[in-house]
Amino acid sequence: MNAITKRPSALTEAQFHYCPGCGHSVVHRLTAEVIDELNIKDRAVVVAPVGCAVFADKYFDVDSIQGPHGRGPAIATGIKRAKPDSIVFSYQGDGDLASIGMAEIVHAAARGENITVIFINNTIYGMTGGQMAPTTLVGQVATTAPKGRNEKLQGNPINVSEMLAQLKSAKYIERVSSDSAPNIIKAKKAIKKAFQNQIDGLGFSFVEVLSICPTNWGTTPLKGLDFLREKMMAQYPLGVFKDVTAANKEGK
Amino acid sequence: MPKIEVNEARCKGCQLCTKACPKQCIEMSDTFSTTGYYPARLAKQDCCIGCGMCFQVCPDIAITVFR
Ligand SMILES: Cc1ncc(C[n+]2csc(CCOP(=O)(O)OP(=O)(O)O)c2C)c(N)n1
Ligand code: SF4
Ligand code: SF4
Ligand code: SF4
Ligand SMILES: [Mg+2]
Repeated sequence: MNAITKRPSALTEAQFHYCPGCGHSVVHRLTAEVIDELNIKDRAVVVAPVGCAVFADKYFDVDSIQGPHGRGPAIATGIKRAKPDSIVFSYQGDGDLASIGMAEIVHAAARGENITVIFINNTIYGMTGGQMAPTTLVGQVATTAPKGRNEKLQGNPINVSEMLAQLKSAKYIERVSSDSAPNIIKAKKAIKKAFQNQIDGLGFSFVEVLSICPTNWGTTPLKGLDFLREKMMAQYPLGVFKDVTAANKEGK
Repeated sequence: MPKIEVNEARCKGCQLCTKACPKQCIEMSDTFSTTGYYPARLAKQDCCIGCGMCFQVCPDIAITVFR
């Protein structure tokens, strides 16, 4: 009898500090498996965010940098331009990317930087204790929206993938989910494509992953999955919002 | 017969694997692990079909599937 599963070599042996059930852990594994499969461990660079994934550099056994809140895409831009052979990915939460870092992600996409962005949407500021994020659902309770997000007071959630897909220079935008084994396998395919695009020089690639934050949602991991499927997916439908990489490949 | 092994030191008792298993082969232990969680374990022999679903959902890479 043989083991048919293994810890990817692009991860260190360090135990994740994430809470039980946290989506970050799943996406770390998927990303590390992709790095292994594409054989890019020696030239991959992770740009860690501010947020629960701030210690991502402890887990990914690749070169790393941790930047100021939300500035990942700008840092990734600099590294990629200075060292074009490196494979640079910015790993960001929704507070980091869609709140304080909204300008950086929009302009990196608009410039068509040849980088990969992994965007963990858990509809909340996890690290700081559950404040409302731009992605928080209407009606969802947060410490800064104790009665639930109110459309009249706080407006509506931002669908980042749909928004970035409007930009001409963005090449590949997909939203996936980490809630079930089949969806996790699909998520990995999307992440792999987002890295392959960069290797092929095809341009800005962005994968949004719907993830649970049971701790700040005040629930259990299993009930968190129900919330993700019933509520999050209604606001954030899964799918490819843009993919012009096939056309670009032919034109190359 | 396929089987799984749970690395108790890594398992955080999130229970996601119990729901993901199509054969309901996984249950939670009723004794604490050294890290302070109730870890997952294979509930019955000759149950596992080695599909790997539990591995896919396990956030902490605590499960190894053998086939
Ligand atoms: C300049 C600056 N402003 C605010 C903070 C406080 N802060 C730390 S993490 C965070 C939000 C994290 O939320 P998210 O990006 O969604 O990450 P998660 O923890 O949910 O993965 C904030 C506001 C900070 N560290 N630096
Ligand atoms: S607070 Fe939320 S996002 Fe942060 S580690 Fe815990 S579950 Fe994950
Ligand atoms: S490998 Fe499949 S059948 Fe075996 S325990 Fe895991 S999910 Fe269940
Ligand atoms: S999914 Fe992993 S961490 Fe969660 S209970 Fe099962 S073995 Fe433990
Ligand atoms: Mg968040």
